[in-house]
Amino acid sequence: MHIPDGYLSPQTYIPLFGVFVSAAAIAVKKVKNEVYARNIPYLGMAAAFSFIIMMFNLPIPGGTTGHAVGSAVIAIIFGPWAALLAVSVAIIIQALIFGDGGITAIGANCFNMAVFMPFTAYYIFKLFSKNNARKSRMSFASFIAGYLSLVLAAILTAVEFGIQPLIASAPDGKALYCPYDLSIAVPAMAIEHMLLFGIVEGIITAIIVNYFLKTEPTLIYAFRNRDKKE
Amino acid sequence: MLSETEIKRNKLQKKILVVLLILCLITPIGIMLPAYFNAGDAWGEWSAQTVKELVGYVPAGLAKYSDIWKAPLPDYDVKNADRSLIHKSGYYIVSGIAGSTITYVVMLLISKLIVRNGK
Repeated sequence: MHIPDGYLSPQTYIPLFGVFVSAAAIAVKKVKNEVYARNIPYLGMAAAFSFIIMMFNLPIPGGTTGHAVGSAVIAIIFGPWAALLAVSVAIIIQALIFGDGGITAIGANCFNMAVFMPFTAYYIFKLFSKNNARKSRMSFASFIAGYLSLVLAAILTAVEFGIQPLIASAPDGKALYCPYDLSIAVPAMAIEHMLLFGIVEGIITAIIVNYFLKTEPTLIYAFRNRDKKE
Repeated sequence: MLSETEIKRNKLQKKILVVLLILCLITPIGIMLPAYFNAGDAWGEWSAQTVKELVGYVPAGLAKYSDIWKAPLPDYDVKNADRSLIHKSGYYIVSGIAGSTITYVVMLLISKLIVRNGK
């Protein structure tokens, strides 16, 4: 899901960079008061976790590869704003040092995996957990949050790829950037994430949320306002 | 003296760091599994050369921008003569440890600058 340089037109990556920077600016303000100073080390670990988990490329036999991102579990435990910053740091380091994801596409990649994905995961978790403390319900809500947020982020990425032939083609009809249109990009990315990578994201999310529920339930951001009237 | 909750927190944080280190050490799974199952690039992350093989030409914008950035450790690897999976795995682990450590430190510094809630 790391869009490389040269696949997105400036009409796509410049607005997405703008959206990402604005979202990050809001996140800085939110995290300032939402995160307790004693929990700062956890944010570092969350960012490192996201970095490492993305190195586990999983194969579709004979086809492409993909990976989990970790945004869902970070959003549920530390909140979507903290997840936005943590996963963005991982993505920016990946682009700058390891060439994983383009420099021009940093805004797009951060928007997909570090803005859209954690917020989607967080609200799906809230929707399905319904403030119900039963363990089976929590595991289910975590899995669905991880699964759907990755699949939807992949589809969003595919849309960014797929609109390129429509908005940026040479006079001879040849694509200038990503050569595949929506009819190819969306099914390709949706199916591989539905069949494999989304399931892995879901399982990782469920296991880790479960573990924190057992050992440090007070830490979990998604439960912070559970007993208060909202 | 540390309070009981502080001791518990330190223990949990140590545990997480150990798990992260173990994950770094087993990252070569992320290159071995694709090699074993004969899976290639992620969708949309092909090199300009591969795109040419796929669609018959290199889109002009892709040709222009695909090499705009020279990353110090492209693909979590050091490009040299030895292309064996063992060597690649070694560089992959080193990249994993270096990358996650840098990510950890950068996020820690950013958080320290931002967070103003002393609780």
